[in-house]
Amino acid sequence: MSIVVYCENIEGNLKKATLEALTYAHKMGSELGLPTYAVTTGEPLTDVLKQYGVSKYVEVSPNVPADTSLLAGSISFGFEKLNGQYLILPYNSTGKSIAGQLAVKCDAGIVSSVNALPESLEPLRVSQSLFAGKASAVVQVNTAKVVLALQSNAIQPEEKPVDEISGELVILDSLSQVELVKQEMLSEGIPLPEAELVVSGGRGFKGPENWHILEDLAKELGAATACSRPVSDADWRPHHEHVGQTGIAISPNLYIAIGISGAIQHLGGVNNSKTIVVINNDPEAPFFKAADYGVIGDLFEVVPKLTAAVQAFKSKA
Amino acid sequence: MNILVCIAKSIETTAKIVFTPDNSALDESGMQYIMNPYDEWYSLVRALELKDQVGGEVTVIHVGDASSDPIIRKALAIGADKGVRIDTIPQSAADVAKQLSAYLADKSFDIVFTGKETVDYNGGILPAMLAAKLKWPFFDVVSHLEYADDLALISKEIEGGVKVFKSPLPLVLSATKGLAEQKIPNMRGIMMAKRKPLEVVSAVDHATDTNIVSFSKPEKSKEVTLVDADDMDELVRLLHEEAKVI
Ligand SMILES: Cc1cc2nc3c(=O)[nH]c(=O)nc-3n(C[C@H](O)[C@H](O)[C@H](O)COP(=O)(O)OP(=O)(O)OC[C@H]3O[C@@H](n4cnc5c(N)ncnc54)[C@H](O)[C@@H]3O)c2cc1C
Repeated sequence: MSIVVYCENIEGNLKKATLEALTYAHKMGSELGLPTYAVTTGEPLTDVLKQYGVSKYVEVSPNVPADTSLLAGSISFGFEKLNGQYLILPYNSTGKSIAGQLAVKCDAGIVSSVNALPESLEPLRVSQSLFAGKASAVVQVNTAKVVLALQSNAIQPEEKPVDEISGELVILDSLSQVELVKQEMLSEGIPLPEAELVVSGGRGFKGPENWHILEDLAKELGAATACSRPVSDADWRPHHEHVGQTGIAISPNLYIAIGISGAIQHLGGVNNSKTIVVINNDPEAPFFKAADYGVIGDLFEVVPKLTAAVQAFKSKA
Repeated sequence: MNILVCIAKSIETTAKIVFTPDNSALDESGMQYIMNPYDEWYSLVRALELKDQVGGEVTVIHVGDASSDPIIRKALAIGADKGVRIDTIPQSAADVAKQLSAYLADKSFDIVFTGKETVDYNGGILPAMLAAKLKWPFFDVVSHLEYADDLALISKEIEGGVKVFKSPLPLVLSATKGLAEQKIPNMRGIMMAKRKPLEVVSAVDHATDTNIVSFSKPEKSKEVTLVDADDMDELVRLLHEEAKVI
């Protein structure tokens, strides 16, 4: 038996979310006395895998990410081949499209949005985030095989180097009727769901013409930009920047909310952020209740000052 | 075209989440359920537009007890042709997938619409499980769909961008914002919905893969540290030295 992590090689790298999954697997495995193995698509990046405790891998090829049912089929093939009992993967955009398919194909029970290491191993009980982060549930898994799809930041990556790694390439059928026609990147900067630092603006900005104030700060910090729903509804900002319960959910290290009131539906998408800074001229704004740091003031004055302070800090560092 | 739209119920988004005293279940007293917004606003409306384009029939299906009938009637009022309710209280996404795939075993649909996730449990697992059970191609977080020459052209949102796929039918998709514009049922729709068929079918045995043992709320009640609006150097210092995020 083994714990298997799905490792997606994205442009020659493993994303932080995958390193988190590897760390999670390793910690679970040392409790259970099971080795950590990997199923990879794309070059297996053995140096990184070794660094994170992987002693064996199966690379599945050809890599047909367009057809997620084929992708899930090849991962489940690798999982079987490695005699896997637990399959761990990040619940990021690839993870979301395949996790449920993997559960069916591996004949496994599944828990998604896992936010911590298991509470118990026999029976397996893990904590899952739900109600837009407003609550967690402990879920018991009653099947022999298990898929765990991890929320980002469920665990911090930790290296656990091993000396040796062995692996093999498995070539599978790739006949697909699904065709990837094109791929467009809409934002030039850092993709929002992966960003460690996010600067977000609400209706307090009054209009799109003022967004440069926010963008200057984001640029200085190296942060991605986000917005509240009314802002994207009014087309001040593109829809993919809309965070919250009906937009995307993010959990960066730092979320700076500027001119956003902190409605419950907005908080739902951001309250797993590690540190929250709120800038608002209304001391009664609900967002302050969810904030670590608050600045009560006019954003048109505060934000340029903050940008200058960051600039001064960066030039010192 | 024979179109199926899976609709879920979800807790109204501003509801305060309360659990029973032993934290083993949701306290549903006074809790309002609505049709899951991803299903109602995007998935159902796009399904109806597709039917207008190519003809056919839109069936909505829900796994739940009779207390969900108003939600199914609302879907009929928005324009679905008929409703099906699988009469059981589902235990997990795997259970819903099992019930739906059992129902679908002897039916022939061309396309199954779902929402990206429910806005309460946020599991997002069902659409992919259903696709795998049916062994159909699956597309999630779909923000645009066109259909021509027997092929679907599908835009899927990815981190920071969009991918466009071409696929034959049948397929399963999960809808997100952008796929359609919310449609409010009108008086005529509401009247007509009363006469549309709502078939109740019995459930197969529950899937028991997983079960919820207990609920909890994050204990963090944060103490906010206020920083003087004239002293942004102090904020930067705190973020660097205390929070260690920059
Ligand atoms: C079903 C449903 C789903 C929803 N989903 C989402 C979602 O996913 N994401 C989301 O964001 N919203 C969502 N909403 C909307 C949500 O309820 C709020 O309406 C929205 O978040 C408010 O956006 P806002 O904070 O930008 O605007 P407002 O609530 O108008 O707040 C603007 C804030 O800016 C402050 N301000 C104004 N001027 C200044 C200034 N000069 N300096 C500093 N501060 C200033 C004000 O004090 C105020 O707090 C949803 C609503 C529903 C019903």
